Amino acid sequence: MSILIIAEHDNSSLKPATLNSVTAAQEIGGDIDILVAGSACQGAAEQAAQIAGINKVLVADDAAYNNALAENIAPLIAEVGAAYSHILATATTTAKNIMPRAAALLDVQAISEISAVVSADTFKRPIYAGNVIATVQSSDAIKLLTVRGTAFDGAAAQGGSATIEAIGSSHSAGISEFVGEEVAASDRPELTAAKIVISGGRGMANGENFELLYSLADKLGAAVGASRAAVDAGFVPNDMQVGQTGKIVAPDLYIAVGISGAIQHLAGMKDSKVIVAINKDEEAPIFSVADYGLVADLFTALPEIDSAV
Amino acid sequence: MKILVAVKRVVDYNVKVRPKSDGSDVDLANVKMSINPFCEIAVEEAVRLKEKGTATEIVAVSVGPQQSQEQLRTALALGADRAILINSDETLEPLAIAKCLKAVCDSESPDIVLMGKQAIDGDNNQTGQMLAALLGCGQGTFASELVVDGDKIKVTREVDGGLQTVALKLPAVVTSDLRLNEPRYASLPNIMKAKRKPLDTTSPADLSVDIAPRVSLLGVELPAQRQAGIKVDDVAMLVDKLKNEAKVI
Repeated sequence: MSILIIAEHDNSSLKPATLNSVTAAQEIGGDIDILVAGSACQGAAEQAAQIAGINKVLVADDAAYNNALAENIAPLIAEVGAAYSHILATATTTAKNIMPRAAALLDVQAISEISAVVSADTFKRPIYAGNVIATVQSSDAIKLLTVRGTAFDGAAAQGGSATIEAIGSSHSAGISEFVGEEVAASDRPELTAAKIVISGGRGMANGENFELLYSLADKLGAAVGASRAAVDAGFVPNDMQVGQTGKIVAPDLYIAVGISGAIQHLAGMKDSKVIVAINKDEEAPIFSVADYGLVADLFTALPEIDSAV
Repeated sequence: MKILVAVKRVVDYNVKVRPKSDGSDVDLANVKMSINPFCEIAVEEAVRLKEKGTATEIVAVSVGPQQSQEQLRTALALGADRAILINSDETLEPLAIAKCLKAVCDSESPDIVLMGKQAIDGDNNQTGQMLAALLGCGQGTFASELVVDGDKIKVTREVDGGLQTVALKLPAVVTSDLRLNEPRYASLPNIMKAKRKPLDTTSPADLSVDIAPRVSLLGVELPAQRQAGIKVDDVAMLVDKLKNEAKVI
C-alpha cells in the first residue's frame, strides 16, 4: 500500500494538522509520502521531511499553488495521487474545499472526516451531526479520505529524514483568483490548536457579555468558542462556532458556559480531555458529558472564577 | 443570469436519529423530513439575487425520492421559478449526485449553481466541490458573502481562522455556510402559488448517469458515551478540582 498525504501549510511552515493524517496513515499501513503544494514552500517541505516515518516529500512549488486554490491544486492531487492506494488530508477548511474536487477528477467517492481506521478499506465516520457513527467500506481503487484531526493524535514532528523531490507539474486553471483574507487578529490561540477552550452559548445573552469569556481566556491562555445557538443569535462570528458544522476541538480543558449541550455542539467537543459545564439549568444535557458541572448563574460564576485563577 | 439551486430532502434538524435495532442503518421510519438547512440558505440567496435584478430565472433541482417534490415545492414557495426532480429511490452518494447535477447543468447552462455546503444527514460536504470539478468551473465553498461583479463573482468564504475572498469566473458553483443570509418564511399565498409552478421529473437513467455505489455501509452505532462526572458546589471547589485533581489549569 502507498499513501499520499496532502500537507496543510502556510508555505514557510507545516501546520500541525498534517501530523494527524500521518497517524491515520500509519494505522492504514504502507509507504507514506507527503505532497507539499505551494509557492516558495521549501520551508514547509523541509519540516515535512523531518516527520518520523515519511518515505518521500514531493514538492510542487509554483505560483499557481499559492493560497491553496482548489481549482489549481485539485488537478495536481489527481495527477500525483493516481499512483497511490490512499490519499489523505486532515479535514481543515482547506482540505474540505480541495479534496472532494480531486476525488471527482479521479472519479472516486471520497470519504469525509474519518474518526477511525478499521482496515485499509474500511473506516468509521460520524454522520447525522455526530448522533451516529457509520462504518463504511470503499470499493474504489483509490481511497481518498479526509481525517478528523481530533480523532487521531499528532505523529512525531521530528526524527525523520525523508528525501525531498521536486515536481515540475503546474496546473493553473485560470478560473479563480485569490482576492484577500481577513484573519481574525487575536493574541489568543487558534481554536483547534488551543490547550484550553472556553465557549459561550445562548446563555451569554449577547455579544458584549463574551467579554467575560475573553477576560478569563486571556488569564488561562485559552481560545474562545461558541455554540451554534450563540452564532445564530448573532452574538459572535461563525468562525468561533464549535460543533458538527463548525470547528471540531479536543483540548485538555473545555469550559462550556451557558451552553445547553445540543448534540450538534457535543459532536464538536466531546473528545476534550476534561469538560466543565456552567449552566443555571441543572437539567441541561451538557451536564451528562461534563466531568465537573457547576449549576450557577454564569454572570456571578464567571467573575468569581476570573478572580480565583 | 440564470441560477440553479440544488436542494436535498433530509431528516429535520430537530430529529435525533438513532440506529435501527439491528444496527444496519439509521431508523428513518416516520421521522419528519425537511429541506436541508444549508440548502434553504442557498435558495434564499438565489431569491435575493433575483429580487436585486441580478438573476432572471431560478431553477430548483433535487436528486432523491419522489417525496423530494415537497422540498422542491418549498423552494418554489420561497421564490424559485420552476423545479426539476431527478427521481431515484437509491441512496445516492455525493459523486453520483454531482454527476446528475452536471447533466442538468449541461442542458440548463446556469451561470451560478448555489447549494448548501453540506447536508445534515451524511455530513459529507462534497457535492458542490465535485460538481465544480465535473463542470471544470470555479468553486466558492462555505460562502458567507456573494457579490456578482460583471462576468465574475466575488465569494467570501468561512475558513479556519477567518475569512477568505476569491474571485471566480462564471459559471461557478457556490456552497452556502450559515452566515450567508437568514432564510425567509414562505407566505401562504406563495405556498399556494408554488403548487402551480412547473415541476419536471427525470431520472439518473434518463440522464445516462452511472449511480452505482462505491461505498457500502457496513453498520451504524451510537457514539461512545461519555460518563457524567460530578457536580461541584461552588466556584472555589471547581477551581480547586481543576488545579489539583484534573491538573489542567
